[in-house]
Amino acid sequence: MNALPANHIAIDLLVFVLSAFLGLELVRNVSRLLHTPLMSLTNAISSVSVVAALIVMSEPRKTDSIVLLTAVATALAFVNLVSGFMITERILKMFKKEKK
Amino acid sequence: MLSASYLHIFSAALFVLSLKWMGEVKTSRYGNWSAILGMVTAIVATYLAFPVDHVPLMLGAAIVGSLIGIPIAMNVPMTAVPQQTAISHAFGSLSVALLGVAEYYQRVPHVDPFTMAVLSSEIILGFLTFMGSCIAFAKLQELIPGKPFVYKGSNAVSLSVLGAAVALAADLVLHPERQILIFAIIALALVFGFSLVMSIGGADMPTVIAILNSFAGISAAGLGFVLSSKILVVAGTLDGASGLILAIIMSEAMNRSFVNVLFGGFGAAPSGSSGAAANHQQRSVKSYLPEDVASLLDGARLVVVVPGYGMAVAQAQHAVKELSAILESRDCKVRYAIHPVAGRMPGHMNVLLAEVQIPYSNLLEMDEVNPLFPEADMTIVVGANDVVNPAARTQTDSPLYGMPILDADKSRSVVFIKRSMNPGFAGVDNDLFYLPQTMMVFGDAKKVITDITSALKKN
Repeated sequence: MNALPANHIAIDLLVFVLSAFLGLELVRNVSRLLHTPLMSLTNAISSVSVVAALIVMSEPRKTDSIVLLTAVATALAFVNLVSGFMITERILKMFKKEKK
Repeated sequence: MLSASYLHIFSAALFVLSLKWMGEVKTSRYGNWSAILGMVTAIVATYLAFPVDHVPLMLGAAIVGSLIGIPIAMNVPMTAVPQQTAISHAFGSLSVALLGVAEYYQRVPHVDPFTMAVLSSEIILGFLTFMGSCIAFAKLQELIPGKPFVYKGSNAVSLSVLGAAVALAADLVLHPERQILIFAIIALALVFGFSLVMSIGGADMPTVIAILNSFAGISAAGLGFVLSSKILVVAGTLDGASGLILAIIMSEAMNRSFVNVLFGGFGAAPSGSSGAAANHQQRSVKSYLPEDVASLLDGARLVVVVPGYGMAVAQAQHAVKELSAILESRDCKVRYAIHPVAGRMPGHMNVLLAEVQIPYSNLLEMDEVNPLFPEADMTIVVGANDVVNPAARTQTDSPLYGMPILDADKSRSVVFIKRSMNPGFAGVDNDLFYLPQTMMVFGDAKKVITDITSALKKN
């Protein structure tokens, strides 16, 4: 994994820049009504750090402290993952159209 | 490995669609579900592609996290969503920061300069966001005073702490084997996060929360670079971009810059508040009773409600709903004027009003509602203050000057429900209090509105 040269970095940077522009455009268009659930949703999305935890747990040189740090990080990420999606759902359910 | 990459592309597409669908209320729930599916796909694909050790431990951690998260999500009251959001930024950024530290130990002593630079930036950003979010939580939960904590030269001290952290990180890039440095960097990042948010006042929290949201996302993206995981880069960057846009919208709505919000110590100026106090000794306001408001509401055709943080504090949203129900039963339209920075986080007021089942088509943004004020028989201001201060239009020396405001002063009558004559967050007096058409009603917002409603029922 360490051997991958600068080319790899360039691709990651490209992904980063494109995602940034895409994210900025998409969020610009989000209705102001939904800014609070948007924030709880993106919070839940940021718990994609579970992916990072899995990768760290698959690497060869793990000491006990690395394992411990990773487990704690996983638990923290799961708090966000579960509560973020659930709160978003709770809030979105409240938005009602005018009853006719 | 290959199939995992394809699954991660699928999951990235789901995250993008999720933000797209969050754009409007109609599709927003698809947005949430698409993100859930994207997350499950990302995690499962990674698990399948990598030889993950300690699976029982990881499952245990996931279960513990879920057991903490579920009750929080089910029980948090809507008025407390700002502090809940702040504390979840703390969890998220700490998670990413700890993984950064773990990855550093995994690689030490041979860490290439690029990786080390990204890792140490990510660790600084993660820990400062963690501490900053904890302070934001404490302020919003009122565990500590919401007032900005500033002293002479506090910005210089904060910035030199950050500078020291960056300098040590640079040293670590050159000498990755100096493990002790990582602890010093963490400590400095925590101190910086602490002093940064301590110096920011409660009413600036919408911007601060958005910035912290952005930081948490960017640090996750940084970890993606280190682990060369594209899905981490994509998801983290989308989160970072979202927080950034929200922070920009919030600052624009106050006509202030990021730098001013972060380092301006806004709302701390004692001179401003004493000036305001001196001012309202000379001018007098007219104080009315809820019954007076009720009699004026007889025959009204259009009423605009301007909610603010005070409505959340007094838990007055249910009372507001009852009042609008009785007005609507008398053929009076009720609309809600939502200023972008009303409340303690972006969109806070919309959520509280949606909670009491006010249809979202009646919740109007500033540009939509301002033309309505001249036609309104009455504007009722519930727990808002600075966002309706006409000084923002005319008084060039006011700290509010240039801030876009709601034109409440243009309606035929204005009812201001307030606990006292204390000025708003900006520490300046509000000219609206003294206009001839303004009626001040002093008291707890919930009680006053309930009294107006029962007086209306009697009429």
